[in-house]
Amino acid sequence: MNTILQVNDLVTKFYTVDGVINAVNGVTFELREGETLAIVGESGSGKSVTMMSILGLIPTPPGKVENGEAIFTSFGSSHDLLQLTPAELRNVRGGQIGFVFQDPISTLNPIMTIGEQISETLTRHLRISGEEARERTVKLLAQVGIPDPELRYKNYPFQFSGGMRQRVVIAIAIACTPQIIIADEPTTALDVTVQAQIVELFRNLRESLNVAIIWITHDLGVVAGLADRVLVMYGGRIAETASVDDLYERPQHPYTMGLLGALPRMDESDSKRLVSIKGTPPDLLIPLRHCPFAWRCDYAFDRCWEEVPPQIEISSHHKVSCFYDLEKGEPRDG
Amino acid sequence: MQRYFISRLGQSALLLIGVIILVFFMVRVTGDPARLMMPREASAEDLEAFREVMGFNRPLYVQFLDFFSGAIVGDFGDSLHFKTPALQLVLERLPATVHLAGIALIFALIIAIPIGLIGGFNPGSVVDTLGRGLALAGQSIPNFWLALIFILFFAVRLRWFPSFGRDEWHSVVLPATVLGLPVMGQIVRLTRSAVLEIRGEDFIRTAYSKGLEPRTIYIKHVFRNVAIPLISVIGVQFGYMLGGSIYIETIFSWPGMGQLIEQSIGWRDFPLIQAIAVFTSVVVLGLNLITDLTYAFIDPRIRYGSS
Repeated sequence: MNTILQVNDLVTKFYTVDGVINAVNGVTFELREGETLAIVGESGSGKSVTMMSILGLIPTPPGKVENGEAIFTSFGSSHDLLQLTPAELRNVRGGQIGFVFQDPISTLNPIMTIGEQISETLTRHLRISGEEARERTVKLLAQVGIPDPELRYKNYPFQFSGGMRQRVVIAIAIACTPQIIIADEPTTALDVTVQAQIVELFRNLRESLNVAIIWITHDLGVVAGLADRVLVMYGGRIAETASVDDLYERPQHPYTMGLLGALPRMDESDSKRLVSIKGTPPDLLIPLRHCPFAWRCDYAFDRCWEEVPPQIEISSHHKVSCFYDLEKGEPRDG
Repeated sequence: MQRYFISRLGQSALLLIGVIILVFFMVRVTGDPARLMMPREASAEDLEAFREVMGFNRPLYVQFLDFFSGAIVGDFGDSLHFKTPALQLVLERLPATVHLAGIALIFALIIAIPIGLIGGFNPGSVVDTLGRGLALAGQSIPNFWLALIFILFFAVRLRWFPSFGRDEWHSVVLPATVLGLPVMGQIVRLTRSAVLEIRGEDFIRTAYSKGLEPRTIYIKHVFRNVAIPLISVIGVQFGYMLGGSIYIETIFSWPGMGQLIEQSIGWRDFPLIQAIAVFTSVVVLGLNLITDLTYAFIDPRIRYGSS
């Protein structure tokens, strides 16, 4: 599979009155064609900011992308998204890369029909007539599972349930048949049965459109059923990246292990207390000089307080940023 | 939409009845109308004769029903001072008041909305800082004082504008400026804060994520949402200007309803006061109705009656 997005050493900071927030501290990852990549991490781990930075969606000021590149390859040509002009980047956003956000209540304009909100993306990117955009919008509404699309075109967001609104947002995201969909916690604000429907919709769309999906979440349960690979973020850095099976079976980072330990399991009938990770998320105002997880880590030793751990390759698809070898129970060599 | 309109119309009618009741009884609460209206040296017989003529010796509920049935069809009786139908006197003054309030509102909006929009999109910029200063000044300077200062400076010293009356085309400039200034201040601040709030909404981020041009986002997504709070405030403020420009009209001798109110209170011309009070209420209620309809036109949540 070809790589369509290669992000290298991305650094994003926010300059606030309280100081500099080091939101993203050198993030490197790749996304392959048609792949579903889950980015997992707690609030403030930098997962959303990473994706927003790549597409120029962080508010500037106070935010600033200070370093890195994001090579996007589509139709045989490659560009660094961070070097594009604002106008060129607008052609990518909504055209080649679609977005789905967390809260479908607030992500749609309350006083504009959902039909208009979808078709304005079409007319913007495909340069088609209003009439043609309308026809395609009706088809898109049907494609994302909205009944009576002809009638619903003229409805306003408040006339839809949360799940249906999220389907509308998904219709906007796929309108121009993008190569990548970035879904930022698309199921978090929905109740569980609706979550399952939305995950199912994404699965179908992935098949029919062969689109790569970046799924930002803190729900490891959803990840297991949907993603090909997982990227675990902590303190604005990537803690571990692996295929889903590898990550669940042989977690290599103490943080990943802690996250998996905090998951409720259906196969353990006795009511055990869920394990929580002690301590609090890192203070991003402090510049990174050592492993960001060292404060909370049971395995931390001298070196963890002296250097920032680089990504170490365990196998071809499994990388971890940790000096401690959990399997051997001792610090790694070198 | 129809249901919305009918319910608003019904509410307005109820409010109007309430106003008529209030106006009638508040006038009575101020004291014996015969004593208030007649000269001090009037004899007991004169007072009694006056009561007889005016019908003040009848039971209160009869007087009220009489007043109410007249008010409903626009008959408020004759003015004591002018001896002509009160409502007609009010209607004669209406064009001058609408003229003044209209110019004042247009002046306020033309200046306030652009400043508010620029300020909201570039908080902390030069225009924003100046605009906020102007807004603060407009809202906090007492406008009767400003009216006198304007007369002194622009009419007496510089002789640019007349200091009173409505005889020349530019007579309206000074009173309209003074009347419009507080409204301008309020609308600058409201527009600015509405733009700041809407800009931060998630649906604006969605609009950017679609790759729309910033200009399209401002016009289609920001402005229309900013218009919602603006319309309600503009409606209320225009009503306030129509009914409440009493001292501005008095200071500038502007021959409108405000001046007539001031004069009729001085003359203790009760039928005229009552006519003005009820008529002003009708105007304000009508304006609120128009505001509500415009509001519904822009915001579908109102139009389709969602909570």
